[in-house]
Amino acid sequence: MSWLDVAMQGGIWALEILAIAVPIALSVAYITYAERRVIGWMQIRKGCNRVGPAGLLQPIADGLKLFLKETIIPTTANKYLFVAAPVMALVPALVAFAVVPFGETTLFGFWEETHVMAIANLNVGVLYVMAISSLAIYGILMAGWASNSKYALIGALRATGQMISYEIAMGFSIVCVLIMAGSMNLSAIVHAQAGEYGFLNWYIIPLFPMFVVFFISGCAETNRSPFDLPEGEAELVAGFFVEYSGMWFATFSLAEYAAMILISLMTAIMFLGGWYAPLPADFPVVGAFFDAIPGTVWLLGKTSFLIFVFIWFRATFPRFRYDQLMRLGWKVFLPWTLSWIAVIGMATYAGDISSNLTWISDVIGFWQPWR
Amino acid sequence: MSLIKRALKTWLLLELLRGMALTGKYLFKKKITVEYPEERTPLSPRFRGLHALRRYENGEERCIACKLCEVVCPALAILIESEERDDGTRRTTRYDIDMSKCIFCGFCQEACPVDAIVETQEFEYATETRANLYYTKDMLLDVGKRYESQIAANIAVDVPRKG
Repeated sequence: MSWLDVAMQGGIWALEILAIAVPIALSVAYITYAERRVIGWMQIRKGCNRVGPAGLLQPIADGLKLFLKETIIPTTANKYLFVAAPVMALVPALVAFAVVPFGETTLFGFWEETHVMAIANLNVGVLYVMAISSLAIYGILMAGWASNSKYALIGALRATGQMISYEIAMGFSIVCVLIMAGSMNLSAIVHAQAGEYGFLNWYIIPLFPMFVVFFISGCAETNRSPFDLPEGEAELVAGFFVEYSGMWFATFSLAEYAAMILISLMTAIMFLGGWYAPLPADFPVVGAFFDAIPGTVWLLGKTSFLIFVFIWFRATFPRFRYDQLMRLGWKVFLPWTLSWIAVIGMATYAGDISSNLTWISDVIGFWQPWR
Repeated sequence: MSLIKRALKTWLLLELLRGMALTGKYLFKKKITVEYPEERTPLSPRFRGLHALRRYENGEERCIACKLCEVVCPALAILIESEERDDGTRRTTRYDIDMSKCIFCGFCQEACPVDAIVETQEFEYATETRANLYYTKDMLLDVGKRYESQIAANIAVDVPRKG
């Protein structure tokens, strides 16, 4: 491989990264706008509608304001860790997007075979996402510790305890998906949900409880309401980022919202059929129309809906108490996901051990294309 | 039976869904926001805003320097000095209200026997310094001049209610 090829490859990677990172930063800005509007509407207010038409320039004004503000570093803080913490929180949130498949394309017939639209089509994609998103805890813990403030420290400890607890339930609900799909590759998981019955082939049907567990754990994982105890303003002012201001503060919310997009994308990919339309192409009336919509639009549409549900949760539910949070994570979700793994696992295995039980394996085989 | 019912309610998250249905319904309701500088809420004729000193139609000051308002003022915001004029009537030489002390209780208006000191419906008199909130007699008379028609109309509406 000549130097020119290396440079070309590097340039293509840089473009791919930009093509994902820039839209994420922009959509984070507009999710904050959507959040303020939707929560406003649910409280029969109008929400922000002053800056620009319908308030659409509000996130840009907010960003500008934060950018121009001074970043105050407390004198007793550990300077290096204090500055590094927001970066440590943001990097895993963005890096995790590297394996997310956004759809399949032939680039309008330019390529002969279809390519998966992901920076890296990893065979252990699910594992990678779980591993990387766990790293976000380090940023939060560093922020809480380096601030040298009791509120920040308690907030960081709460965030850590919560994220580790819910990671387990989340991991087990993903295991159910893996048993069904027979692969850890995210695009293979989507392919496993393809079929002639549209949404009936999606994993939300056989794994509905796991879908609920995964989504609620995702809420807890990203410190979103009603699980936003790490930043409970009533008792902790703002939690782990209480000492941050200006752009470093914005970096934390960027990381939080990026994690929210990631969880929504993962839910859409693993439970809602990824880039497939909810109805088969030969469905009367709407089938052909649905088929004409590009897969990426379907995936992003499902993701947007899930983000809306996140915001809906925030507008509806009061915050949990910390012991309730831990009880839900350890005493409800953990046994529930474990028992569902057992059920799915036994059903998957049933046909092999006894010829009388093949009907079970037939039923579950509907969602297991590798059978 | 009730156990099964309760289990179903818990595991199907029925109560959470009901809560979400409620907020979902409110999403489409008519919004009650009043966009303030352009839209305003109606004010009562008894609204207690910025103070004003009134004059009679012939231009004579109403205030007779009885100092009832000064006495009744719970915040001690009013300061009055008076002297006898050449025609034998008593008038104020100084009538100051410190708006940063005033609690807008309306007692001065209630106490006034000649409807001289009144509170108007004006509430947008924010200033950049506290010194500007110290209203002197001239300023109060000026407020009265500006809002006289409104003040008179509001008092006229209020008289039958007071009985």
